[in-house]
Amino acid sequence: MKTLTAAALAAVIALGAGQAAAAEGAALPKYDWSFSGVFGKFDRAELQRGLQVYREVCSACHGLKYVAFRNLEALGYSEDEIKEMSAEYSVVDGPDDEGEMFERAGRPSDYFPSPFPNDKAAAAANNGAAPPDLSLMAKARPGGPDHIRGLLLGYEDPPAEFEALEGLSYNLYFPGNQIAMAAPLFDEAVEYADGTEATTEQMATDVASFLMWTAEPYLEERHSMGVKVVLFLLVFTGILYAAKRKVWSDLH
Amino acid sequence: MSGLKTNNAVIRWIEYRLPIFSFLDDAVGSGYPTPRNLNYWWNFGSLAGLALVILMLTGIMLAMQYTPHVIFAFDSVERIMRDVNSGWLLRYIHMNGGSFFFIVVYIHIFRGLYYGSYKAPRELLWILGVVILLLMMATAFMGYVLPWGQMSFWGATVITNLFSAIPLIGESIVTWLWGGFAVDNPTLNRFYALHYLLPFVIVGAVVLHIWALHRFGSSNPLGIEANGPQDKIPFHPYYTAKDAFGVGVFLVLFAAIVFFAPNLFGEPDNYIPANPLSTPAHIVPEWYFLPYYAILRAIPDKLLGVVAMFGSILILFVLPWIDRSPVRSAKFRPIYKQFFWIFLADCIVLGYIGAKPPEGIFLIVGRLATAYYFLHFFIIFVLSYVERPRPLPSSIGEAVLKGGGAAPPAAMAGEKA
Repeated sequence: MKTLTAAALAAVIALGAGQAAAAEGAALPKYDWSFSGVFGKFDRAELQRGLQVYREVCSACHGLKYVAFRNLEALGYSEDEIKEMSAEYSVVDGPDDEGEMFERAGRPSDYFPSPFPNDKAAAAANNGAAPPDLSLMAKARPGGPDHIRGLLLGYEDPPAEFEALEGLSYNLYFPGNQIAMAAPLFDEAVEYADGTEATTEQMATDVASFLMWTAEPYLEERHSMGVKVVLFLLVFTGILYAAKRKVWSDLH
Repeated sequence: MSGLKTNNAVIRWIEYRLPIFSFLDDAVGSGYPTPRNLNYWWNFGSLAGLALVILMLTGIMLAMQYTPHVIFAFDSVERIMRDVNSGWLLRYIHMNGGSFFFIVVYIHIFRGLYYGSYKAPRELLWILGVVILLLMMATAFMGYVLPWGQMSFWGATVITNLFSAIPLIGESIVTWLWGGFAVDNPTLNRFYALHYLLPFVIVGAVVLHIWALHRFGSSNPLGIEANGPQDKIPFHPYYTAKDAFGVGVFLVLFAAIVFFAPNLFGEPDNYIPANPLSTPAHIVPEWYFLPYYAILRAIPDKLLGVVAMFGSILILFVLPWIDRSPVRSAKFRPIYKQFFWIFLADCIVLGYIGAKPPEGIFLIVGRLATAYYFLHFFIIFVLSYVERPRPLPSSIGEAVLKGGGAAPPAAMAGEKA
């Protein structure tokens, strides 16, 4: 009886896996991220390169509204560098004493300004599909950073029998295999400040890593606190077990 | 009065006027005699209590930062995650605390099923437990709506819409639940108010649950009543020490998830802000609702599906009268024991099916598993008449201490069962 149940269960799981793959796009290539695992940490150089890719490529269409310039300190930038960077953006503020909204240079306390004033404007400018805000993208899709990286590398020539709809691009990893975003990256799309060769794969990896940071800015604190907490609890639980043994030893 | 002895003058002074120390001692102290053979499956009641306390403490602190409004809710949760000191920790503890509460409560329930803990004279204790489960489900469902992500919104829409299946008054009930003609700001506001209120109702139900427990004391792995003092040991220090060890193990596992896989139990879609104009490809509830969701979708008729879904829990209320076998523990019920494990497997299959789209093989398996879920209760009803239980030991002490000096510790003897 139990073997029967187990066999039935295995069959269901196998079938389920096959079906899911067809609907969700091809299985994502797994990348060995520096931040994965219990001791995982972000690679600062990777994050800075990813920020550069976001600023020079993605930000044309995608917002990053939950990230403030001041947060970039975590990427290893100094206060002055952040002041300088934020001042390159112009931000709508107001109303002033005359009741008018006005534009001013960004400050570290400002958030990344979104490229469109609202979702409708974003959709209108992009063939009806509003480009989503990227702040949480690395947590908002199954696979997270692997999804972002895979998607950016998944632009291919469609198979012979595949007909993409007008204005959509074929993408190996996107659910349904057609995506409104045209391939955004090509080799040398950015010139990296640190001299790293800007291959498409390098940029996709860097920006996916950066977006993991924007989605989970406290990941490093979480990991390092977690190691201490779990180690403490293991020792403490050992002591509790010894205490339990001691208390119970007089029963027999 | 448990014969509380103390040399502390302050405690004596208070005790004389308000006998709270003896009350506590009788509840969870040396004044509460407990069967000596409880195994580690009996740890999960105290763990459920701990999970509830963790949830309430973190919840109250989150409530100080959260904004229940459709425009600000999602952003306020992100503010907690990013700008509130240790806000990410509070939220991840609260989020995963819900899952761990259900894990320990489900284990607690299946322990009750295996050892027949629901049988006379503990029927009301069991029924209060089912009440707590229903309250937990309502609380968890409304809590999941608060971050106002895609799954929050669409989960709320799907589940509240179930009530429209009720003939004649269904539509009016749904409008009444929503506070309007769609899931919107009034819905979010009332869910927030109730999500804050219901945990205190749960605490009330837990007090009754423990009160009923103390009337006859814990059942035990043998399922026979304690005959005398040699069968019992004081709750403190024996079970306080044992429960404390259980708490340690629980916290290790809990911390591992909170710190290293905090989004394991969550749906990625809930990190997308709610959008009433865009339906997610698959609307899936939290994992602890998946078996009920599978039952709901297994039945083609909406009303009958809703009835079956609620019936799958309501049937537990009458379980003490379905299972008429005088023997409690599955240890002495060889056939019941087999069906217990099949039932557990069936519930896991239902949970798996609940996460899958209702089509093809999933629908067929889901229907079979749903049918079996209810069939199980019929089987154990028949079983209580036809099964021949194995002979029961005459006392806990005899079963535990047989073999003389080389007897293993009481807890271990129970565990081997």
